[in-house]
Amino acid sequence: MNYSANPERQPVGDVRHIDPQGAYQPPPRPAAPWIFEDQIAANRRGTFLLMFVFTLFLVGIVWAVSHIYDPGSAYLLAGVAAVVAFFLSFFSFYNSDKIVLSMSGAVEATKEDYPFLINTLEGLTLAAGMSNVPKAYIIFDSAPNAFATGRDPEHAAVAVTTGLLEKLNRYQLEGVLAHELSHVADRDILLSTVAAVMVGTIVLLSDWVLRSMWYGGGRRRRSSRDGGGNALLLIIALVAIILAPIIAKLLQLALSRRREYLADAHAIKLTRYPDGLAGALEVIANDTEPLEVANKATAHLYISNPLHEHGGWLNSLFDTHPPILERIARLRRM
Amino acid sequence: MGPALIVVIVLVVLIILFIIMTYNRLVSLREQVRNSWSQIDVQLKRRHDLIPNLVETVKGYAAHESKTLEAVIAARNAAMGAQSMGDRQQAENMLTGTLRSLFAVAEAYPNLKANENFMMLQEELSGTEGKIAYSRQHYNDVVNVYNAAIKMFPASMIAGSSGFTQEQYFQMEDGERSVPTVSFNG
Repeated sequence: MNYSANPERQPVGDVRHIDPQGAYQPPPRPAAPWIFEDQIAANRRGTFLLMFVFTLFLVGIVWAVSHIYDPGSAYLLAGVAAVVAFFLSFFSFYNSDKIVLSMSGAVEATKEDYPFLINTLEGLTLAAGMSNVPKAYIIFDSAPNAFATGRDPEHAAVAVTTGLLEKLNRYQLEGVLAHELSHVADRDILLSTVAAVMVGTIVLLSDWVLRSMWYGGGRRRRSSRDGGGNALLLIIALVAIILAPIIAKLLQLALSRRREYLADAHAIKLTRYPDGLAGALEVIANDTEPLEVANKATAHLYISNPLHEHGGWLNSLFDTHPPILERIARLRRM
Repeated sequence: MGPALIVVIVLVVLIILFIIMTYNRLVSLREQVRNSWSQIDVQLKRRHDLIPNLVETVKGYAAHESKTLEAVIAARNAAMGAQSMGDRQQAENMLTGTLRSLFAVAEAYPNLKANENFMMLQEELSGTEGKIAYSRQHYNDVVNVYNAAIKMFPASMIAGSSGFTQEQYFQMEDGERSVPTVSFNG
């Protein structure tokens, strides 16, 4: 199969023996003058805040739930939860990129199979003055989309779907890659990737607790002889559990919507060609195929909302991305 | 020690601190300029390295296009020998032009166009030309910041007395993004 970015292009074979002088080794590069330092600092602060809130939330849920089942050991269980959440935070800080990539079924792209993708990514990091080329990943899905992940530019990865490579021309693909690279340079990826893992955990956990209460909790509660104090706690627990996914969602939104405009603008600083990214967004907007590997936890990572939940003002309140038409209009004005 | 003396001392210290900081900033900017220049250099060398292989491949299919091939080799040798910035710009532009005509000539040889080795060389060359353009863009950005920094007062006084001079931009034609001319007559 041919996953080239241009329908006219033919698949390209092995390029390893082209360079008789040995491996290509670029010297260290100067820092990019256009990266906003305060943006990076804000993202780092946001990540730690998120980890803190996440820990607090997990402890709260465990404490409330254990009060229902076994009030005696509530504090002990909450303590255990605190330790677990703490380690989970650190684990997701260092491994969230791998988790997100494997959740999306992404495989690493090689230069032999995807020379244009790799060359463009290398070129854009030159233009950005970044010292490290992010790893490229491929998602085998015909819906055109892309995301970036990793905790810093040294451990970054950009993933694109095969649909993106098939449906975009080279300038459009360049625009998308530049957009993703801007997320890498501004450290948006750290915050959004950690958020993806934590929101995923919270949603999963509250789902699980809610279900177990539905089937087993009610019966046990009635058999216990506790007074009105516990009924109040039960209500708190229920509210917390129901609110958990909503809070998680709102948290995610705060992170992603404004960043998209910023990354679009930075992308144009790299490519100097607004029509490329604008055209790419048009292709993506007109594509109605849903991305099968995306879910509620990873939706905000993508260049365009992969879930296609459109319509209604309430829905737009919960959008992870600004309306794509508005983004295209802004790009066309540049 | 009178208060006037203290004020004078504080002022002198502040001025010295300002000079040191400005000087260091200019040094770091100049370093960035040199560093980003070496990025262009890497890509230009990479292009030079790819050419012998390309010429050999084309020779196998289109031996009687020797004029075009010789032009490419001559342009490559000239580009590798060029020293000053101006000479290099000119020689590299020349090389870009000859490469373009080589690929135009190759259009007439379907067997060559279908050759695996030729295709990957073409891909690699266009990738390298892209990287030359990207690194040139970054170099010119950095030069722009540096040139502005040494021109602005009061840093300009420090720059002038410690040998910071304006750096040249690196200009190259890139026809890549110009509107393609499509001919419907032939």
